[in-house]
Amino acid sequence: MTINNASRTQTTFSARNAWAWTWPKLFAIALVLGGWELLFLSEWRPSYVLPGPIETFDALFKMAGTERFWLAVKTTMTRAGTGFILALVLGSIVGIAVARIKPLRLAVGNVITGLQVMPSIAWFPLAILVFGLNEQAILFVVVLGAGPSIANGVIAGIDHVPPAFTRLGRVLGAGPIALYRDIVLPAALPTYVAGLVQGWSFAWRSLMAGELLVIIAETPSLGTTLDFARQMSKVPELIATMIVILLIGMLVDSVFGTISRKIRRDRGLAIDD
Amino acid sequence: MKQAELMLRADNVSKSFGPEGAATVALSGVDMSIRAGEFVTIVGASGCGKSTLLNLFAGLDKPSSGTIEVNGKVALMFQEATLLPWLTARKNIELALNYAGVARSDRDARVAELLDIVRLGDWADKRPHELSGGMRQRVALARCLAQGARIVLMDEPLGALDAMTRDHLHDEIESIVKAQGLTVVFVTHNMREAVRLGDRVILMGSRPGRVVYEQSVPLKRPRTMDSNDIASRAADLTNRLKAEQGILEGADS
Ligand SMILES: Nc1ncnc2c1ncn2[C@@H]1O[C@H](COP(=O)(O)OP(=O)(O)O)[C@@H](O)[C@H]1O
Ligand SMILES: [Mg+2]
Repeated sequence: MTINNASRTQTTFSARNAWAWTWPKLFAIALVLGGWELLFLSEWRPSYVLPGPIETFDALFKMAGTERFWLAVKTTMTRAGTGFILALVLGSIVGIAVARIKPLRLAVGNVITGLQVMPSIAWFPLAILVFGLNEQAILFVVVLGAGPSIANGVIAGIDHVPPAFTRLGRVLGAGPIALYRDIVLPAALPTYVAGLVQGWSFAWRSLMAGELLVIIAETPSLGTTLDFARQMSKVPELIATMIVILLIGMLVDSVFGTISRKIRRDRGLAIDD
Repeated sequence: MKQAELMLRADNVSKSFGPEGAATVALSGVDMSIRAGEFVTIVGASGCGKSTLLNLFAGLDKPSSGTIEVNGKVALMFQEATLLPWLTARKNIELALNYAGVARSDRDARVAELLDIVRLGDWADKRPHELSGGMRQRVALARCLAQGARIVLMDEPLGALDAMTRDHLHDEIESIVKAQGLTVVFVTHNMREAVRLGDRVILMGSRPGRVVYEQSVPLKRPRTMDSNDIASRAADLTNRLKAEQGILEGADS
């Protein structure tokens, strides 16, 4: 009985939450579009430099009808996905190794934080010299952008596992592998996911920087679309592409946010968003 | 009369923490023998080394000097609730069964049985944060039993509960222990609780932690926390502890 009531209250709450979550976003969009339209109407810059929202969205819809646009999205998303997954695998392995092995932590613990702070775009000149103007150069920088955040998420997560949990594991008779698999890693999961969220945002930034710097002929991407639009002074296309980049970034981020909230809710942890 | 088998023994056990010279002496010269089927309660002020002693019995730590002997598998129920928050009640118990080597095919039935013992059958699929404090401790109790140990150490398991829930769990623990013939060491800082549960009460003093007094409790069961017999014995223990620590009269806790 009590259980049913509890879950029912929760559903009404989440419906209310959905609205509470939606309206500020709608309001923000309205505010931006309104401000933009006013700026456009004020003729602060000539309309061929700063088009209004209507012209821009018109360009966006036209662009969305072309094969080239979807090819560009596909290229960019493939790079983002590959880079992020590589960063995830490498970052996790390095993170676990550093968290577990003391000398390794003393040696590279600070380096990881240093890498995390370093703007990944600064890697591009070197990456281009080492790999050439190609996919590898882009992937290299994306992985370097996202990897340290992911590794740091693992390390912080493992460091903050309550000692009571590891003692519990020993009392229950867990071996070293079982202890990691069943207790340490699950306990570190919320912090790990926070690292992934940050890793994604770094990956996305690095990728955009990379696509503007490493233009690979015959391979349309969102970065080259931006660059061509600038060269041709097609400002509506340029802004439309920016909107697409913004939306993809936010979409992926919100997927992570949903996962992160679910994990926290399942554990009865505070949900801060 | 032949005495029951010796299950736990501490022989002149001392334990210090920290660097030599500036070490905290948590236990000093502790002797203790606990026999099969006994329900022993250890009572003492906080910081007198009760948890340290249980950790030594559980093998989580080693004595600085002296010997610990343990005759069989030991399960430990922690002071703080340590249910894993990402697992349901069922999965928390199942994990203990898994580590105890219970075959996968037998685990479901065993979990149901254990949840039944602590009367939480309907709550199997709830996560810890969806349970009350008393329920969480009952799951922890079930998980402790899941380890299949004959010796059970309990470190202030009911310290954070309200009086009614606690009284209720006393009855529950008492009947489980009797039904399964367990040997129990139950740590508490509550004198009445110690007398209510124990066949024998061991009083520990502080700085350094040591055994200062022990007494068997021949009162018939079932017992209740507020009976006069228990109250007077608890008051007697409190006075002994105060005398030991050089405190004169004070309020009973
Ligand atoms: N791991 C530890 N490191 C240092 N000091 C400790 C440690 N564990 C316990 N102590 C000290 O040992 C003493 C006894 O602690 P404890 O056994 O937890 O007492 P109790 O359980 O009776 O409250 C305390 O002074 C405590 O500060
Ligand atoms: Mg304690």
